[in-house]
Amino acid sequence: MTEFLANLHPVLLGLLKGLAVIVVIFPIAGACSMAERKVSAWIQGRHGPNRAIPFWFAWVPGLGPFLQRRGAFHLLADGLKFLVKEEPLPGHVNKFYYTLAPVIALIPAFTTVTVVPFGAYLDDAGQLVPLMLANVDIGLLAVFAVASLGVYSIILAGWASNSKYPFLGGVRASAQLISYELALTISVLPVFLWINAPDTAGTLSLVRAVACQAQPGFWGGLWFIFLMPVSALIFFVALFAETNRLPFDMAESEADLVGGFHTEYGAFKWSLFFVAEYSHMIVGSGVFILLFLGGWNPLPWLPLATVAAKLGFAGHPLVFGIVSIVIFLVKILLFIFVFMWVRWTVPRFRYDQVMRIGWRLLLPLSLLNLLGYALVIALLQPAR
Amino acid sequence: MAVIPVQRKPLTLAERAYLPSILGGLKTTLRHFFARKVTLQYPEQRPEIPPGYRGVPTLVRDPNGREKCVSCQLCEFVCPPKAIRITPGEIPADAPTAHVEKTPREFEINMLRCIYCGLCEEVCPEEAIWLQNVYSVSGYTRGELVNNKEKLYELGGTLPDRHFKWDQKKAAAGSGPAHT
Repeated sequence: MTEFLANLHPVLLGLLKGLAVIVVIFPIAGACSMAERKVSAWIQGRHGPNRAIPFWFAWVPGLGPFLQRRGAFHLLADGLKFLVKEEPLPGHVNKFYYTLAPVIALIPAFTTVTVVPFGAYLDDAGQLVPLMLANVDIGLLAVFAVASLGVYSIILAGWASNSKYPFLGGVRASAQLISYELALTISVLPVFLWINAPDTAGTLSLVRAVACQAQPGFWGGLWFIFLMPVSALIFFVALFAETNRLPFDMAESEADLVGGFHTEYGAFKWSLFFVAEYSHMIVGSGVFILLFLGGWNPLPWLPLATVAAKLGFAGHPLVFGIVSIVIFLVKILLFIFVFMWVRWTVPRFRYDQVMRIGWRLLLPLSLLNLLGYALVIALLQPAR
Repeated sequence: MAVIPVQRKPLTLAERAYLPSILGGLKTTLRHFFARKVTLQYPEQRPEIPPGYRGVPTLVRDPNGREKCVSCQLCEFVCPPKAIRITPGEIPADAPTAHVEKTPREFEINMLRCIYCGLCEEVCPEEAIWLQNVYSVSGYTRGELVNNKEKLYELGGTLPDRHFKWDQKKAAAGSGPAHT
């Protein structure tokens, strides 16, 4: 099997890997929509969806009712509904761009996954090999560059809908994303100032960021969220804005813009926007975890390699890889829970407040933060 | 009117930073996340109906099994949406309750028109029509939703009676007219 895979044409192999990742991401994004309904219900003192069950599953004792109460079948019912219901195409839209927008929404959402490492294993030489689709050196830069393309789909959807609310949603989204992109990017610079020692090859690789949080010693094992809490906070807030999540969902803002950019969308096209939003959330929280929360290492000062050596699976690349992926996924799911938790806690900001927070608060704060860490790192540098 | 000057204190740094209040909010929502859920799982769990609830109007019998309605048609007259229709009928002269004189031959309440205002219950001199605890009304046709007399008595059942008005009247009939 491995020989067959190794002999495959690299393009075909890449396609297979990409498909495998999409096959994992798509259901997670779908499950997130279900989790969103459940979490919102629980926070509001409701039970949430707990009715749907296929009749033959009701015969399974224990498991059937358990899954029913967790709403697992509502997820399938929702997906099926989106697939089979009528696809409305309003008469007043620009049909080409209207249909193109959801596709464009998906492309950056899934493309960013390629450069995010989601696990690692130790090879025979004891070197950490990351599990990712494309181990490019620009790592984080690629994520930012591609993820910010996601706004084009929103603008396109808003414009092609030829209707005022989607248009306003698109305009708002574009202004908001540009405003928070700056703070987002500047806030992570201290991390890379820290990990790029002088006289070594500079890198923006996320793998390197994780490796730096798994070094021995007090400072080496410290996760960057403790080392750079301000950076983490700015990145966290900007992440909400970048993924258009409450309290920053200016693009959707169903209270004042009906449904924002996807007002005119329905059925499967609408669900594609939904999946894209959740994929952005997954990738965004993945990047946050890699940068600030130690990636696939279980606890601060406790790298996965140490755990593996203790439990004796360091020599098994497969086990090591699966454990690292599981740890990373659990962290991502917890982080997505935080996304939802905040969503049902903080009300939506007014548009001028969004702009003020972005330009007058987060941007100066991130610049000061960068300056501060640059000075500290320069002072800590051994004099030559 | 006295003018009360209100001191508006400037916001403290913690309040302006906004984050402590967000954390407070997160704490509140997390408490609700784990709190007992308040939703009633309806078809399996039913709400407890409080006394005095105005459900579907019904006709009741007294403890002796006599239908209390004397078909005076006051409810039909007072009903704001005209949901009640009564066809009065005679009581046969040889019946033990012959002195009551009248009883409804047919009594229909159209539940598509009823607004559950309770005026019929309020106006009834015989305490024969009661809005009781039935709250779920459904049917496949309009005809099904018109409650006839049989259905109304089935829904109403028997309620305790404090007066036994007509028995007292019968007992008093031997000792001359009640009102002069």
